Amino acid sequence: MNINIASYCRLTNHKLEVNDIDIQIQKTEASSLNDIYRHLNLSYPKFFKMDNLSKAGFLASELLLKNIIIDKETPKKDMAIVLMNRSASLDNDRTYQTTIQYENNFFPSPSVFVYTLSNIVNGEIAIRNKIMGESSFYISENFSPEKIYSAVMNTFSDPNINQVICGWVDYEFNECDVLLLLIRKENQEKIPFNVNNIYHLYT
Amino acid sequence: MEKNAWFIMIYQWSNNIISSLGFTTEENYTAVKQGNTGLKYYKNPFDFPEDAMLSLIDDEHLNNAFSSINTKQKTAYTRFEKAAILSAYKALEKTNIDVKSKKVVFILSTTKGNVELLDKKESELYEAERVYLWRSAQLITSFFDNPNEAIIVSNACISGAAAQITALRLLQQKIYDFAIVIGADVLSKFIISGFQSFKSLSVDICKPFDKNRCGLNLGEAAATIIYSSIENNRPLLSNNIVLLNGAIANDANHISGPSRTGDGLSIAIEKTLQNTNIQDIALINAHGTATPYNDDMESMAITANQLENIPINSLKGFLGHTLGAAGVLETILSGVALLDNMLLKSNGSENPKTICPLNIVLNNQNSFKTHFLKLLSGFGGCNAAILLKKT
Repeated sequence: MNINIASYCRLTNHKLEVNDIDIQIQKTEASSLNDIYRHLNLSYPKFFKMDNLSKAGFLASELLLKNIIIDKETPKKDMAIVLMNRSASLDNDRTYQTTIQYENNFFPSPSVFVYTLSNIVNGEIAIRNKIMGESSFYISENFSPEKIYSAVMNTFSDPNINQVICGWVDYEFNECDVLLLLIRKENQEKIPFNVNNIYHLYT
Repeated sequence: MEKNAWFIMIYQWSNNIISSLGFTTEENYTAVKQGNTGLKYYKNPFDFPEDAMLSLIDDEHLNNAFSSINTKQKTAYTRFEKAAILSAYKALEKTNIDVKSKKVVFILSTTKGNVELLDKKESELYEAERVYLWRSAQLITSFFDNPNEAIIVSNACISGAAAQITALRLLQQKIYDFAIVIGADVLSKFIISGFQSFKSLSVDICKPFDKNRCGLNLGEAAATIIYSSIENNRPLLSNNIVLLNGAIANDANHISGPSRTGDGLSIAIEKTLQNTNIQDIALINAHGTATPYNDDMESMAITANQLENIPINSLKGFLGHTLGAAGVLETILSGVALLDNMLLKSNGSENPKTICPLNIVLNNQNSFKTHFLKLLSGFGGCNAAILLKKT
């Protein structure tokens, strides 16, 4: 059995690349994440309620899983989501802080507060694709292929898990930095999942 | 699990709890066994414009205890960092572990770390980077001169179980000899206002699994468990707790509400209990937040696994929901109780009523069985179960 990189998606402010194909997005407004959503012709209104971190992870997962998960409704107990980033949910935490900063303008919002946890992005991807395996979120100062590799291999220690969506999902100060990979246990030899290949796809 | 040839036992070498009920595991256990709660009514806590029932770490006690151990560092530490460092220090103090070794790793479980520093009134003393969890983790490892980068788990309210599962896997692979798992969260206007905006707070002491349960209480704590695969030289060789197994599963249902069916938690329990004789289980220590939906969801997942007759408790009525600390803190207390052949009462559970009936521990009682199951669920649809036993 081989552990392969079955698919990948790299999303930054300047680049959108899916399995070696560059996707050019026509920019129409301040939020390029909304532009990508429109470009993909998605019909998922919940997208507009998400914070930037969840939007970024969600869009990358849609591209990553396009032509792979066709049936979004069937529960997928053999699939896990293992993500990592630098800034946790601080981008949205700062937004929430503005709603409680001043006594005379105190209006804490539940719809903002719910995104003050980094692993909500796992939840959004899981809900969209009915993924019911392990769901984990780790924090690291810097992008680390070693840590991603090790976390994913630990997740495969559960013999029921055959595929893992993993990678780096960071969004802070209007900077989007996402690399998502779909890792699969397969019989064929394809791009092997290893530290060098994760690093290569990030840079 | 124990049937597998590769299975390596992971022992609890030491532990500590810092909470409203005391700064040692023993103080916390004694208070809970006597039925004392650390929950108190606070007027405008942390400048929050309303009153709240909370379990808070005493500031003066924390500062004094921390000063007595911090003899060399000049850094100004936050409350969160002080509590986390103090807890790890007190757990290490009971052992002969060389914390400077490459074979020792820290695993930090927290949901919000120093988030209160986003409030400009709070942030003056600290550099901008201090709101990042990795920065706090660096300060913790450097306090102990530990050479490894800490592993930081931030998985909402299941973080404390997720961190123990990470420790289990790393130790079974012999990557490290010791994993120091710290679960810590402190409260702030940020966290209290958010839970209040969800209308999930109870003004009175919460009532887990009760027919009149109406919400949770928040709490702060730092708790540490040191796990190791090494059998020799354990501080408590004859009486100990072993971490056997654990699993995480997602509901794929809703980001802020528990699944109405308990599917995710049910999967986590099922995976965790593979090859376990259910007759050996003394206790299920539930998440039991005392919100109407959480407790019903847990009752469904427990019943789906045919565990509804096993005694079950929630410790939230003693120490509140301590977020990223909960999984570590409640695992320690349940383990210490089991070593004392004791099942702790589920404080606040008076007239149990959940969708599926459960066997709630209404008064402290004896049990001589060996295993216990710890459950946690959280935002993002995540659920976790871990199985431990006494040796």
